[in-house]
Amino acid sequence: MGIEGIGARVARKEDRRFITGRGRYVDDIKLQGMTYAHFVRSPHAHAKITGIELDAAKAMPGVIDVLTGQQIVDDKVGNLICGWAIHSKDGSAMKMGAWPAMAPETVRFVGQAVAVVIAESKNLARDAAEAVVVHYEELPAVANIKAAIADGAAQLHPEAPGNIVYDWEIGDQKATDEAFSKAANVVTIELTNNRLVPNAMEPRAAVAEYNPAEEHFTLYTTSQNPHVARLVLSAFYNIAPEHKLRVVAPDVGGGFGSKIFIYPEEMVALWASKKTGRPVKWTGDRNEAFVTDAHGRDHLSKAEMAFDADNKMLGLRVKTYANFGAYMSLFSSSVPTYLYATLLSGQYNIPAIYTEVVGVYTNTTPVDAYRGAGRPEACYLLERLVETAARQLKVDPAELRRKNFITQFPHQTPVIMAYDTGDFNASLDAALKAIDYAGFPARKAKAKSEGKLRGIGLSCYIEACGIAPSKAVGSLGAGVGLWESAEVRVNPVGTIEILTGSHSHGQGHETTFAQLVADRLGIPINQVSIVHGDTDKVQFGMGTYGSRSAAVGMSAIFKAMEKVEAKAKKIAAHQLEASENDIVIENGEFKVTGTDKAIALPMVALAAYTAHNLPDGMEPGLKESAFYDPTNFTFPAGSYICEVEVDPGTGKTSFVNFVAVDDFGRLINPMIVEGQVHGGLVQGIGQAILENAIYDDSGQLVTASFMDYAMPRADDVPSFQISHTTTLCPGNPLGVKGCGEAGAIGASAAVINAITDAIGNNRLEMPATPDRVWHAMQLQQAAE
Amino acid sequence: MSKVSLTVNGKLVTADVEDRTLLVHLLRDHLGLTGTHVGCDTSQCGCCVVHIDGRAVKSCTTLVGQVDGADITTIEGISKGDELHPMQAAFRDNHGLQCGYCTPGMIMSAIDIVHRYGGNLDEETVRHELEGNICRCTGYHNIVKSVLDAASRMNVAQAAE
Repeated sequence: MGIEGIGARVARKEDRRFITGRGRYVDDIKLQGMTYAHFVRSPHAHAKITGIELDAAKAMPGVIDVLTGQQIVDDKVGNLICGWAIHSKDGSAMKMGAWPAMAPETVRFVGQAVAVVIAESKNLARDAAEAVVVHYEELPAVANIKAAIADGAAQLHPEAPGNIVYDWEIGDQKATDEAFSKAANVVTIELTNNRLVPNAMEPRAAVAEYNPAEEHFTLYTTSQNPHVARLVLSAFYNIAPEHKLRVVAPDVGGGFGSKIFIYPEEMVALWASKKTGRPVKWTGDRNEAFVTDAHGRDHLSKAEMAFDADNKMLGLRVKTYANFGAYMSLFSSSVPTYLYATLLSGQYNIPAIYTEVVGVYTNTTPVDAYRGAGRPEACYLLERLVETAARQLKVDPAELRRKNFITQFPHQTPVIMAYDTGDFNASLDAALKAIDYAGFPARKAKAKSEGKLRGIGLSCYIEACGIAPSKAVGSLGAGVGLWESAEVRVNPVGTIEILTGSHSHGQGHETTFAQLVADRLGIPINQVSIVHGDTDKVQFGMGTYGSRSAAVGMSAIFKAMEKVEAKAKKIAAHQLEASENDIVIENGEFKVTGTDKAIALPMVALAAYTAHNLPDGMEPGLKESAFYDPTNFTFPAGSYICEVEVDPGTGKTSFVNFVAVDDFGRLINPMIVEGQVHGGLVQGIGQAILENAIYDDSGQLVTASFMDYAMPRADDVPSFQISHTTTLCPGNPLGVKGCGEAGAIGASAAVINAITDAIGNNRLEMPATPDRVWHAMQLQQAAE
Repeated sequence: MSKVSLTVNGKLVTADVEDRTLLVHLLRDHLGLTGTHVGCDTSQCGCCVVHIDGRAVKSCTTLVGQVDGADITTIEGISKGDELHPMQAAFRDNHGLQCGYCTPGMIMSAIDIVHRYGGNLDEETVRHELEGNICRCTGYHNIVKSVLDAASRMNVAQAAE
């Protein structure tokens, strides 16, 4: 493998530009003649637009134009789409209301764009936006799930009676009912999965340029998947045919799902660049990020689990209401269905599962995939339920889990997923050992003697990643295939460019993808460049989300590398007058095995391009491409254990220890994998104790800044003890499973299980703020 | 409009700017120093931290008029040619960054922390001092490691001088 190959802790190639301030993010881009966009946004959660006064704004200095929702509709820019069709129990299609890029008639959430000012500077655009007067007739709003489904609730879209998008089910209801009828014990939990704001540190931005001579658009945008953006902008929003639209996602400052989607602002920037004949830049501010980036989570659920007399799980019944906000965002429909309910079997052998999911419109920002997307909601529900069961059945929570673990693979769950491999006992054992589980009672007693409440909480998660086999997701309603592409270009001097459809926005692909090449050819990673994020350079790709870039993106590179190596071996054999079957690749050389005859990669490459002496009939050049379509999801899994101490006087939680043991299959760069886990864990911990997107009853987001929304700070969270167990993924050539989302999926249940263990009251919702914990303690004491 | 003169990364700069211009916008939009970022609008996130007369300050909350005559250092100005500042090197070596967006502000804050505490830094102090810098990618674990590592490198370098 060499010192920079697979498994090596190599420092990242991309870091130098970031640590020296030479990254190139969208807002860093300046084009000749560039103008600036500022949006006029609705201050109301639900209102009719009865008039817009533009004259004063248009007359202001530096204002080029003020454009409205009616104009974008008149110009036949398409409404925003939802790309995954879900059908209700009764077979009917999901019920969607139209979402124009700017509202022509009705606004349905605070922050929805109504008009846009295009001006010579950012400040002039902002000033003029203040001068746009929009007349509204306020309508009653529904700000949460309960309000939306209440009798007589205000209705958002005529297409969706009762504000219901779909009423979906999965699993075998009859078998599940039978399991419950045979149960010795039934354990029930009701809980909220709190709404989160993704808050990548770089706010979204777009720079759009139209070239009238070529009828060609260029869009620089903060995207996790520029090719998908181009496809959707072209095929559905009528901006331009794909060959007349270049989408570039340069350095992107974090995504976490929120930059998968194609938002109104990018559409408007493109449309306005043609209308005004000038390049248009829009850079969101943080407040705009809070009210317009797709939010995450927001479920209300009830779950029941049936156990036999030996504490074996017999069945699981779940009913979940999922808040979609005011419009159906690009992949929103799939999140609480195929990315959530299909993971409700967790690590357990549960013979029967039945789940119903009701998707609900509310007058809030649209909700879509956020790190983990459905899987954190599944894990939190299931792992709190299992912990609750252990307490009610008075058995050790680790032992209850162990008793019900799946141990034989492959394992078909009752909810679609076929787990390919895993060793759940191994990760649990390692986690219990790392946290000294056996010593916990003594630590708890000691803490008690010091006036503190100790608690320990487990969370054994599984996720489905590498999203996903195209045929499978197509049969479930996806509008796209979820393969990945790669192209390997060996230059005439032997350096290599890898073109990938994956997109790096913090994941370190420029390093890990180069490590794969270094591993196969035995060359240093500095001889390999990774090209991504530009539809003019990379032919196509599905982008980065769902922990897919290693499992799917690198598998495509692997396949293309095999083709390159096969051709290079033929050339080397011809040059060395040997049989191609005798050629091996070592340290950047093609060697005739068992001899000292060798030819270096640059000489093979040069031979391929001079084409003076190639085998008969061989095409010149050394460049190959591949598409890789996964055969199954991958199933990263692991055990997280959190130990906390709660101050009974204040309700404040302190972390004593946090242990994470993950099985991600083969690790390409353990340093980068650990970094992914750290970040995910803090997003999970943030959800558990800090973060909450709160709407008041009128639909105002009252947590719309970093002053009001509690982002995890360095002193809110602990350092982590991380280790790995390994079962190789049999579904891809690298044996990798993906590591991007695990922390965010598994952490929150471990934290809440620990806090509820400490305070002895299981009724606690996220975020478990000191106030909530203190009140839960008082209620518990009153009950005792 | 006001005319201001200040030193940025060792070079004298004069600019005619609107009175409401913030230092971060002077740096990014007028001087092309785009390493200093804007991550919020309430002075919480710290993506915009630069050094003003040697102290870490959020440049999104500083009017250009306030820094007339001041000495500004940005992320672009801390390495000596190709030789990285020890804090930059520590962030790279400890994987203290992922998307890189908060990184310039983190590094500028962290250098100031080490200057103020010298050899008396521990994990708890670093975590407390980084309250004004938000990172969404790293979970802070490796940032804290980077700062502690750089602190010992910087102290060694200082001792050698």
